[in-house]
This record gives sequence, C-alpha cells and structure tokens, in this order.
Amino acid sequence: MKLESHAPTGDIEKRWDQHRFEMKLVNPANKRKFDVIVVGTGLAGASAAATLAELGYNIKAFCYQDSPRRAHSIAAQGGINAAKNYQNDGDSVYRLFYDTVKGGDFRSRESNVYRLAQVSVNIIDQAVAQGVPFAREYGGLLDNRSFGGAQVSRTFYARGQTGQQLLLGAYSALSKMIAANKVKMYSRHEMLDLIVEDNRARGIVVRNLDTGKVEAHTADAVCLCTGGYGNVFYLSTNAKGCNVTASWRAHKKGALFANPCFTQIHPTCIPPSGDYQSKLTLMSESLRNDGRVWVPKDPSNAEKKPSSIPESERDYYLERIYPSFGNLVPRDIASRAAKKMCDEGKGVGPYVGDKRRGVYLDFADAIKREGEPRIMEKYGNLFEMYERITGDDPCETPMRIYPATHYTMGGVWVDYNLMSTIDGLFVLGEANFSDHGANRLGASALMQGLADGYFVIPYTMGNYLARAGNNPMKEESAPVKSTVKDVETRIQGMIDKGAKGTHTPDHFHRRLGHIMYDKCGMSRNEAGLKEGLEEVRNLREEFHDKVKILGSGGELNSMLEKAGRVSDFLELAELMHVDALDRDESCGAHFREEHVREDGEAKRDDENYAYVAAWEFTGVGEKPKLHKEELDFEYVKLTQRSYK
Amino acid sequence: MSDINLKLHVWRQESRGATGKFEDYSKYAEGISTHASFLEMLDVVNERLAEDGIRPIVFDHDCREGICGSCGAVINGVPHGPQKLTTTCQLHMRQFKNGDEIWVEPFRAGAFPIIKDLMVDRGKFDTIIQAGGFISIRTGSAPDANEIPVPKEVSDGAFDAATCIGCGACVAACPNASASLFLSAKIAHLNLLPQGQPERYKRTRQMVSAHDEAGFGGCTNHKECEAACPKGISTDWIAKMNRDMLIATITGKDGKFA
Repeated sequence: MKLESHAPTGDIEKRWDQHRFEMKLVNPANKRKFDVIVVGTGLAGASAAATLAELGYNIKAFCYQDSPRRAHSIAAQGGINAAKNYQNDGDSVYRLFYDTVKGGDFRSRESNVYRLAQVSVNIIDQAVAQGVPFAREYGGLLDNRSFGGAQVSRTFYARGQTGQQLLLGAYSALSKMIAANKVKMYSRHEMLDLIVEDNRARGIVVRNLDTGKVEAHTADAVCLCTGGYGNVFYLSTNAKGCNVTASWRAHKKGALFANPCFTQIHPTCIPPSGDYQSKLTLMSESLRNDGRVWVPKDPSNAEKKPSSIPESERDYYLERIYPSFGNLVPRDIASRAAKKMCDEGKGVGPYVGDKRRGVYLDFADAIKREGEPRIMEKYGNLFEMYERITGDDPCETPMRIYPATHYTMGGVWVDYNLMSTIDGLFVLGEANFSDHGANRLGASALMQGLADGYFVIPYTMGNYLARAGNNPMKEESAPVKSTVKDVETRIQGMIDKGAKGTHTPDHFHRRLGHIMYDKCGMSRNEAGLKEGLEEVRNLREEFHDKVKILGSGGELNSMLEKAGRVSDFLELAELMHVDALDRDESCGAHFREEHVREDGEAKRDDENYAYVAAWEFTGVGEKPKLHKEELDFEYVKLTQRSYK
Repeated sequence: MSDINLKLHVWRQESRGATGKFEDYSKYAEGISTHASFLEMLDVVNERLAEDGIRPIVFDHDCREGICGSCGAVINGVPHGPQKLTTTCQLHMRQFKNGDEIWVEPFRAGAFPIIKDLMVDRGKFDTIIQAGGFISIRTGSAPDANEIPVPKEVSDGAFDAATCIGCGACVAACPNASASLFLSAKIAHLNLLPQGQPERYKRTRQMVSAHDEAGFGGCTNHKECEAACPKGISTDWIAKMNRDMLIATITGKDGKFA
C-alpha cells in the first residue's frame, strides 16, 4: 500500500482553488441518485449532513445520543478562530496557517492547514447568517479575543458556550434538511461495523440502542464524523459516551490509523477529587487571558489561604519561564509545566494518590483592573460551573486547575480530500488526523470540524461520486449479510461470556485509564511505554475473560454498550503505545523524556521523524504495519518552537 | 471530605408502557462522598447493583458538565433536584445530608414516553425544531459576517434565549406538561435577530402548531418551568412568543402585513 496524500503542489495560496477546479462535478439532476451515510452529528457531522443534503444527495445520519443536538461539540467553551482580521492587528490567512503549522510542531500537512485557514473566514459568515449569537461590541459588530498561543485577536466566541451555539447552528441546518426529507435521522443508533467490498466502503452496520436490533444501511459513500478517542484515558474532558468504535472498526477493515500517540492534555481542568470521579471538567483556557497561574514558592504554604500568601512568596512560573507569552503559552507547554510543579511537590489542593494535583489560576488582578462585573460578563458561566463542582467561588479564592486529556490530534488517516485508505470512506473533524499535527491550538477544533463539513466535503464528495459512479450495493448481498452476522456473533459472544463475568466494564476502563496516564500520558519514556504495552495486553486478556455483562443483546443494555467500547479502547491503547515507542523524538504533545532540549522543551528530530505514522491493522495483538507519509515544509521553515 | 448514607428510592421500569415501581436501594447508597456528583452517586450504586447481579439503573447522560442536556431526573419531586440553575449531572452530593431520603424518578409527560427506568424519549423536541427552528440559509451563500450589524443588547437577548439546553425539565415541571418555555426560547433566539426576520411569523406559527400536535399542553402561567430551568430561561419569552403568534394569526399570511 502506498500512501498518496493527493495534496496539490504549486503556490500554496492557489492550491485549494486549483484543486476545486480540477475536481469532477456531479450533475445537479444526478445528485439525488446518490446515498451518503454520515455517522456522528457534532460540528463536522451535522454540517456535512446538512450541506450534502442541500446539494441534493440523500443522507442518512446517525448518532448515539437521543438527539443530534447533544454531540460533544456542544461542550466546547472558548471560541473559534478565523482569519478575518477584524481587529486590524496583523492577522491574515497566511498568519493563521503559519501559527497552526508551527503550533502543531511541524507534523501536519501544509496544504491542508492552508486550506483550513482559507475557509475559516467563510465559517464565521455562515454561522452568523444561521443566527449564531457571537459576542458583539456596542457598535453591533463582532467582538474577538486572543486565545491560547495566539498573539492576534482572531477568536470569535459566544460567552463560554461557543461550541453549543455553533452546534445549535449546524443542528438547525440539519433539522431544516430533515424537514425537507433530504436527511433521514437515526438517533440512538451506534455504528458497530463498516461494510467493505474490494476496499470500497458500501455501508455500515448499526445497533439500535433502544431495541438492540442490529441492522445494515448501504450507501455510495460513508462519512465518519465520530470525534476523538480521549476516553481511552477513562478520565478526560470528553462526554461519557464518546468512543473510538466507529473509527476503530473502520481501521480493522483497512483504514490506516495515523499518529495515535498525539493526544492533547488540556492545562485548565478541575482537578480530580476521588475514586468515583467519572470525568474531568474543562475550564476554558480563555481563562488564561485574565487569570494568572501560580504556586506557592514554599510547599509548606500549600494549605494556607491563597490570598494570605504575599506576592513575594508566589511563583508565577509561566510568566517567569516564558516572559513573552506568559500565561498564554500553548497547551502542551502549560500542561507539562503544571505537572512539573506538582511532581516537584509544589502543587496545591487535596492529595490525590501521593501528590497534590493542582495549581492556582488567580483572577484577583483582573478583577482589580477591570472590575468584577466585566470579568463575570466574560467568564460568568465558567465561574458558576466551577463553584457548583468544587464549592469555591473564583472571585473569592483562586481556582485550582490541573491538566486532563482533552483532544486527540491522531485519528484515521485521510488524504487531502478527507478520504481514508478505504475508497468512499471519508473521515471528518476530530476523527481524522489531518490538520493539527502534534498539537492543536486553542479554538481550532471548532474551526476544523466546520471547515471539513461545510466547505471541504461538499466538493471532495462530488469528485469521488462522479468517479465511482452510481451502483449501490443491495442489502441482501453477501458483504452486507456477513458483516451483520459478524456483529451479531460478536454481541452474542460478549453476552454469553459476560453472564459469567466478575467485573463491570467500567472497572476495566478505569484500570486502562491509569495505565494510559502513567505510561502513555503527558510525558513518556521507552521503558515506561514497554511496560505499558505489556500491561495493556494483559488487561485486554483479563477483560475478555472476566468482564461482566447482565441482560441480553436484544434490549437496551448499557453494560453491553460500554463493554463494546472498552474492548475497542483496549486495542487502540496498544497501538498508541506502539506509535509512541516508534516516534523516538519529542514533538508537540508527544513528550519523550529522552529527547529534551537544554531549556526543558520538546526536542524534535526532523531528520528522522518528519513523517505521519499511519498504521495498518494486522490482527488483534499482532504488530501493526507502519506506513510513512513524509512531510515537506516549503513555506513554514522548520524551527524549534520557542515561546520564551 | 465526608461520606454520607442515603435512603435511596429509584424508579425502575423495564420498557415503554411497562408498569414501573420504586425500588429501595438504600443498602447500595452508603458511604457516598459529598464531593461526588449526583450521577457519580448513581454510578457507584450501579457498580454495586451489578456486583449483586441486578441490572444497573438506566439513565441518560453524556457530557456531565451541564451543557448537552442529556441528563435529567425528578429528584424529590423537582426536575434536576434541589439546587437552582443546576442540571442533574452538576448537582453535587454536598447538597444532601447524611440520612437524607431521596426519591428519583423520570421526567413525566405524555409527550415524553419512558424508554427504561429514568430514560425518556424527548424526540418531540427535535420535531418542533424541524417545524421551523432554523434560518433558511444555504451553506456558502452568507454575506460577510460584519455586514449584518446586530445591536449588542439584541444579540445578548438572543443569546440568553439560545442557551436552552433542551433537557425537558420545563415540561416535567409544568402541571400541563407544556413545552412553552423550550418552544418560546427557540423562537425568540431567531425572531430577535435581524437574520431571523424574513421567516419570523411563519416560524412562530409552524413551531407552535408542531408543539401542540406533539401532545404538549398549553401554558397557563404557573412559571414552574422557569423555576426548574437549569439555564434560567425566562418566561418573558413565552409572552414574546404569544405576541408574535397573535400577529401571525390576525395578519393571516405569516405576518406579511404586520
């Protein structure tokens, strides 16, 4: 298998235009002959389903939630980037492109990133026209703010609920097309397998979560918009239902999985408080615009009331180490710095395990400067959320924060057209690997999800369908029947065995999370990764031996749903270790302790690792096969990041 | 940090239309940390139930940070429980005391049939949105975002309405099982904005009809919905909706002459 990125060459400013011109079109009258399946209804899925339906294709959309409006994009808080330069502060498409490639630590494809920056401006237009209530200035025009890692104010926001408002916009567009009978919506359906014939995606097999019924849906193309795999860490900022199953099933059917070890740990989350902890809650990093991060210089002050600790006794370590970016350094740097402080015993808050896992994020100066009403206007809902969870008011006492898994840059490998190595299988949004390299900048996830759905797939899908032609697979054909049978057999196997099991799926998931945070988390080393790999393999075997599942497959069964997801996470976890071992360098969020610059930052090895690691599945427990996509940097010069 | 013991009663119902009843799970609800969330308390109870071979309690939940609107149960007679402006997932056990009696049951409304235990079918909310809860704009046809100035107070008002998470607590709280708070917030979000004007009256009429046809009751100004709403959506939007509906009705053709 040879990886073809199909990325255009030539002037980067003209690549997407030229490519759009060269792509084939489907005649308007013929579009209605094609069926397209969209799995997932977050920003990428809802925008793709709505837009493809507007063009005339027949869409079937699927989500596991009870309504497409609940996909986890809804929880994104901070904002969405766009190179509008409304602030006249020096932004441009080129600068957004440059910042994103650099922020991704040179492990993304230049052509993709440039396109992302180009279409970013259209997303804002589209969202505003849909009625997304972005923040505005008194003159009635849109407001912007600066956001994690950016020196220009290019982030559009809707208080701390930008993801919610953008998703409601995309959901409204989707609803319009459902009403127009161009989209058939299947809520509470979970994709459990991909139907493939001659390396071509022909449909999916889903389970109706309410009735347990397993059914097949065929189509001319399939789009996976199923989000990231952060829940492999058990504790993450993802929703409880987020899972890797759709991507993983596609991977097992031949889609390569790229850069799985690139996982982002978000620096500003509420610290864990006990064993029952079911998820970690993110506090938007927009808080770092006004909050100052510090720890007491003397660990014995950790239990003192923070306001009683004098300035001279505080270490504002981000401002000290990174004077030009200060509290706005990129996420990976902020996360590791916080972990380092806590590992050195300077953390605050209760002991979790053997350490205090928390640092202060203090708004006292901002409140003094701008007044409490202005600060509450910017962050009110976040402050309230924090107080509900911890019982503390951030206006009175500094927040405590600690890093948590938040976003996964890795995902299913796709070419410039967002198509995987299986023909007709497209992967959009967080589920693909394409635009963020080894680290994603703040406010870029919403941008990418909507760029893929509104402005990329409508073009590239037509190009594929025009070439592939219209010959849908019949539901009674052999590949459909055998895939349905596989799924039914797998479910029955789990039910039969699960009846004699001893531990719940959550029990194993929690243990998997511990291994991942310990061995394949914020910082990694060879010995630890090898241990982790062994531990994950043992856990996988124990899981299949001992997982307990009550009830049957033919009914709503939350234990069965969970067990299926954990089973896939266990296999993915192995691949993440393999990938992290292979990548014997540090870059972005992938921090190998063996490769550290003198100043403590990630040390890349461009000579040997300027590639995308795309893995081919060869069997459970078998060594996966590595395919490399070499990356060229024509426009953004390879330099070591420095945020000092 | 302290642990509490609860007298816990949970509604169990096998399937749609089946007869349900409360089960006493007090023996599974001992030693609960007050820092745990309400759903984390149910997680702990579920793990213990499963160990005893009892099917875990089914409840809808997802983001667990109060924004997706999946979760929701009636806790001691109040949708989302005793804390104001708080979803069930954000309710924390520090709101309860050792020995407290807690009764947990699903949102109850004819238009929200029970699927299993605490999980209800809120599909009718999607039906209402499909009737007109959108601005008909094709992808790619939007003008530059700053070509449509929106006064800040208008935009802020639209935002206040748009923060509705669609959880359905308003319906569960209403003696008429009306979804007027949800409906009016959705209408107000779009009807306030300049972009929403062309379809304003048609939207109002169609969404109100869809609401009534779905089997939700009418509003008789009890305002229980506003008290139960975890996002503080105001019943003022219902007044605004009624005004737009009146104009749509008396001017006939979708408010063309308003």
